[in-house]
Amino acid sequence: MSNVTTASTKEAKWWNGGKSPFDVEYGKVMMWYFLMSDAFTFGAFLIAYGTVRFSTNGWPDPNAVFKSYPFAGEGTNAPLVFVSIMTFILIVSSVTMVLAVHAGKMMDKKGVVRNMIWTILGGIAFLSCQAWEWNHLHHEGAWWGLNPFINADGTASSTNFTNFFFTITGFHGFHVFSGVVINIIMLIMTLMNKFEQRGHYLMIEKAGLYWHFVDLVWVFVFTCFYLL
Amino acid sequence: MSQDTHAEHHHDAIGEIKKVTIILSVLTIVELILGFWMIGITNPGSRLAIKGVIVILMMAKAFYIVAYFMHLKHELRNLIMTIIVPLALFIWFIIAFLSDGNSFRNLRNNYDSHFKEQSTIKVQPKEGEKAAEEKK
Repeated sequence: MSNVTTASTKEAKWWNGGKSPFDVEYGKVMMWYFLMSDAFTFGAFLIAYGTVRFSTNGWPDPNAVFKSYPFAGEGTNAPLVFVSIMTFILIVSSVTMVLAVHAGKMMDKKGVVRNMIWTILGGIAFLSCQAWEWNHLHHEGAWWGLNPFINADGTASSTNFTNFFFTITGFHGFHVFSGVVINIIMLIMTLMNKFEQRGHYLMIEKAGLYWHFVDLVWVFVFTCFYLL
Repeated sequence: MSQDTHAEHHHDAIGEIKKVTIILSVLTIVELILGFWMIGITNPGSRLAIKGVIVILMMAKAFYIVAYFMHLKHELRNLIMTIIVPLALFIWFIIAFLSDGNSFRNLRNNYDSHFKEQSTIKVQPKEGEKAAEEKK
């Protein structure tokens, strides 16, 4: 796949036909377009969250809400600890995905299999953590329509807090889940030598784009809900 | 290992992956340190400044993930623009909606006395009550 240098864009007529404006296969362009639409969806959700939060006088302090982790005691006060672990799990799984794509470029089937397994395990670990977080909060009385927490300034809070939290992390978790499913399918196809037969691992690259998008959304979700 | 010579040929991909991984980890750790630090800070101006820095770090992380992990930096300019230009719409999207939300809050505070009152009534934290009871 020749990568035409951008220096030649001056002379090239990109849109007159006979030349590939993106020089990227159709499936990859389509994946980018899909990710753009998904980016707007998540962007809209997060901006809606910001708008509602800005329109209220008070909002719960995330460090008073998200302060526990598995097997911790009842009165544990450890803000940001569990979500840090979740963030690193997803970053590492993104790195193993990049390594899988790289192995694919080298036609290194064993490398692809190894790194896809790690990526899948990372995804499952993240989902397990998120499930624990949801369960923990639910046991404290939080759910759609139910908010047991008060605002940081001591006033009564509304269900906006929990509604937005569960909806947005739910959508994100669903994307992680579908990403894990896609990655498992990729792993099976790799093991069945489908890509060796095709002579390229481009499908792994496309799955990689989706997986990185999922990590990217988490960067925004985690910052908006836990840090800001 | 043939992988090494191939990596050298393709602009040292493994080295780049390692470098970006370290950058992303450092950015995340700094964000978390700032988050922890903010716990003890009450001054609204300081909090806003720290949040501003966190947002900038977040954008840097987004850049590294999209440019290197998703390989966009190494694609043709046409594809890069196809992604960047529509996302630039977000700049105004965010400003407009957050300022709208802010305006809504100000309008309600000025004209809805019930709304303003609600923000002055303190309530007993349910958690505090529970914890206090359990301690007995």
